[in-house]
Amino acid sequence: MAAPMLRWCCPGRRFAFARVGCGSCHRRGPPTGSTSNGKRGQSSVAQQPHITAQKPRKGEPEWAAVVGLEIHAQIASNSKLFSGSQVCFAAPPNSLVSFFDASLPGTLPVLNRRCVEAAVMTGLALDCHINRKSLFDRKHYFYADLPAGYQITQQRLPIAVNGSLAYSVYVGRKPSQMVTRTVRVKQIQLEQDSGKSLHDDLRSQTLIDLNRAEGQLRVDANISVHRPGEPLGIRTEVKNLNSARFLAKAIDYEIQRQINELENGGEILNETRSFDFKLGCTVPMRDKEGKQDYRFMPEPNLPPLLLYDSGSLPSGADPQQVINIDQLRERLPELPRVTRQRLVQQYGMLPEHSCVLLNEVGLLEFFQNVIKETRAEPKKVTSWVLNTFLGFLKQQNLAVSESPVTPSALAELLDLLDRKAISAPAAKQVFEELWSNEGKTPAQIVAEKKLELLQDPEALEQLCRSTLEAHPDVVMDLKRGNPRAINKLIGLVRKATLGRADPTAIKEVLERQLSS
Amino acid sequence: DLGQITPTELCQRCLSLIKKTKFLNAYITVSEEVALKQAEESEKRYKKGHSLGDLDGIPIAVKDNFSTSGIETTCASNMLKGKVLCTPYNATVVQKLLDQGALLMGKTNLDEFAMGSGSTDGIFGPVKNPWSYSKQYREKRKQNSHSENEDSNWLITGGSSGGSAAAVSAFTCFAALGSDTGGSTRNPAAHFSRHGLIPLVNSMDVPGILTRCVDDAATVLGVLAGHDPKDSTTIQDPVKPFTLPSLTDVSKLCIGIPKEYLTPELSSEVQSLWSKAANLFESEGAKVTEVSLPHTSYSIVCYHVLCTSEVASNMARFDGLEYGHRCDSDVSTEAMYAATRREGFNDVVRGRILSGNFFLLKENYENYFVKAQKVRRDVLLTPTTLSEAVPYTEFIKEDNRTRSAQDDIFTQAVNMAGLPAVSVPVALSSQGLPIGLQFIGRAFCDQQLLIVAKWFEKQVQFPVIQLQELMDDCSSVFENEKLASVSLK
Repeated sequence: MAAPMLRWCCPGRRFAFARVGCGSCHRRGPPTGSTSNGKRGQSSVAQQPHITAQKPRKGEPEWAAVVGLEIHAQIASNSKLFSGSQVCFAAPPNSLVSFFDASLPGTLPVLNRRCVEAAVMTGLALDCHINRKSLFDRKHYFYADLPAGYQITQQRLPIAVNGSLAYSVYVGRKPSQMVTRTVRVKQIQLEQDSGKSLHDDLRSQTLIDLNRAEGQLRVDANISVHRPGEPLGIRTEVKNLNSARFLAKAIDYEIQRQINELENGGEILNETRSFDFKLGCTVPMRDKEGKQDYRFMPEPNLPPLLLYDSGSLPSGADPQQVINIDQLRERLPELPRVTRQRLVQQYGMLPEHSCVLLNEVGLLEFFQNVIKETRAEPKKVTSWVLNTFLGFLKQQNLAVSESPVTPSALAELLDLLDRKAISAPAAKQVFEELWSNEGKTPAQIVAEKKLELLQDPEALEQLCRSTLEAHPDVVMDLKRGNPRAINKLIGLVRKATLGRADPTAIKEVLERQLSS
Repeated sequence: DLGQITPTELCQRCLSLIKKTKFLNAYITVSEEVALKQAEESEKRYKKGHSLGDLDGIPIAVKDNFSTSGIETTCASNMLKGKVLCTPYNATVVQKLLDQGALLMGKTNLDEFAMGSGSTDGIFGPVKNPWSYSKQYREKRKQNSHSENEDSNWLITGGSSGGSAAAVSAFTCFAALGSDTGGSTRNPAAHFSRHGLIPLVNSMDVPGILTRCVDDAATVLGVLAGHDPKDSTTIQDPVKPFTLPSLTDVSKLCIGIPKEYLTPELSSEVQSLWSKAANLFESEGAKVTEVSLPHTSYSIVCYHVLCTSEVASNMARFDGLEYGHRCDSDVSTEAMYAATRREGFNDVVRGRILSGNFFLLKENYENYFVKAQKVRRDVLLTPTTLSEAVPYTEFIKEDNRTRSAQDDIFTQAVNMAGLPAVSVPVALSSQGLPIGLQFIGRAFCDQQLLIVAKWFEKQVQFPVIQLQELMDDCSSVFENEKLASVSLK
């Protein structure tokens, strides 16, 4: 068993709700609470939504909702947390199962060092206090995907506690309306993953795959509502949400459901629910069997996990056998918030731009490669990467790694633009051609399609004059004060130049010619 | 003196003895073919002069709750009977013995899942104590003119490693592995005059060694000790096999006698032998003092709480899904769990699981489990059992739980403290049955413990069991029953 996992928990933060009219939701910006660094952990993160609902009606008290998240994130390691079996995505069912994973009698857990390191690094990245001594526990329940009848976890004394994460949230429609919020991380714990259950309703059976390593990130949300000033309400747990979008919808729905229930005189049951994404609502998951008692007990087969720092390291200790927190801290890569700050400072981009660059896998690297190779201004690069390039990717639902346009190609294109060898619209056209991936370079495309800017100013003057002469009605229109007439004229000249003149230049010439 | 003998010959003699003593029910599985094959390999090694060590070619037996690859491990339970594939690997202690060339004679009988103090509650039936058939015991019974059927009043072995103890006692092997959570190796050892040793370990459930003398126990311990990379609770420090020097001067020794162990249930004979032993040490110059272990009366209760909790947890994996017995019902998963576990486990096992789960329930955890963990102390020279081995008919008058609570009283504190301890036979009772005493050492001081035990063994000169009536042609062979006296070629 045991695709290795980290679990982060934190109690929810409160936020105020105005009473909302029937049916409608509270508007919220995209939640950015989850991490995107590919490691697996569980964490509780509070949401801070923006409310644009109506003001409370007179006499109606507000509602406050509390949300806590448990995030299960899989650690990127070669073997499992407690056994030597490999971790490998999409392997055939039950092909990566050791004797320990199947809980054969007499097998014992042996802790994976890499997983401990990952947990410590995650703790450091989230500003947690790393517990020098942490313990393992057994959490007991019977289920087909749990061969031992218990899961090894760190309930009482986990590896890291009391951290926090600062993140940005959109508070308005405009991208510039971003604020920074902080969420508390209660604890990070190492834990075994259970197996995967596949329900075959046709044959009334369930199949179990003990490989684990399925789904790298999973979130359970705990939600309750209460009136400010009163005690916290009963909470429900919504399990196994796999995407930020569904997480947000599920939380929205559940908060509203609870408010409605309570306002109609009902009560909230402490139950587990799942999210039906087709219907967009949460539904009860288990039978009403009463609260599950997990019978927590210390894991007798694992000694306490002891961690050291450079100050407390025992002398003569075998480096293979000890973990030095300070060494791990040095090995941490640049953290996202530091990267974002650096991007803003170095390239003069807006904070929201740096967020987008970091939130798309591979985009930052792409951006940096373009910057390296082009002489164009960073702001231009930013704009092209975030608008044009990213736009094309999203339209065709591609990842950065699948892009037909390489950083070199874009760099070359931007150079052409920067040298004013081509116009902006022409550049867009070239980009489209590049995207169709016929292997041609920007220079080749420009040549083929004859997109070079008209270098001869005399020729441009000529074309402008002849256009003005050919369209006296438009000129009239312009003289009468219609501001859009100039655009028409520019368009006509452009057509005449076969798109080889820069609209700004055309405008300048036309205006000069018209005023004389 | 045995003279030189080949591993195959020795193996065959032991196999023959196993057959002759089948009525003892010491073995669940006899691995005849495996043993003979191993003997053949051993012989080849001896011929080339490449013997692996003291244990090469020596017959041993293993309690049937240690995994053995290719040979089924039943734990004397329906849950695992007939399921060879449940344990497709050798337990580390088994592997270590095999690596030294020992011959695996078979898997020995026990209480189901090692829960019990009589070796009477397994699905293969109870183990009979060979001393029931010894000349020493029989003569005493005749003296007291008991006239019943000879066999109906056979004695229990103690438990739960009774099969291993009987196997060693009846000369079918030179050493056997038992397990010990609260006394399961030392208890039968005391009823047997077999040396049941538990080395120092962390968890409460530990392997135990049963042999016919202290030197043999030291030899086996030397092979088994050391770090096991598959067990995270074993110590990293390197270990080398040790021999036991003979102690001549005990004047530097400090022996403690725990006063709380003088309980009313202690038989007068055992008590008297305990005193004699203390006096022996004192007369030879050792310092013998009374010590107090005020938590003794609590420890059996705590032990019970901790043990059943660990049991409940460890048994949770027997759900019939991945391996082991599975019931025929397919109504629902829950029904399947319930039926599988009811069919697969006897009532003793089920009782302990239920108790354990009770103690682990959140509401009870603080009150029971946490308090239980606080009782841990060090200790010294004590009785091993309350009395000599009792007849089966007497033993079954009380249920398993009561018996365990009574019989474990001197031994379980050691498991709680995680200390090394050994039970050594002292003398025969008035009934002609063995009585043993327990020595408990300090943490990590297994060698010192055994040195003292060896000295004591030499002083008391405990008699060899006389089973000649049973085993007509073997008596001459087994006059020297110790490992050291076996010379293989």
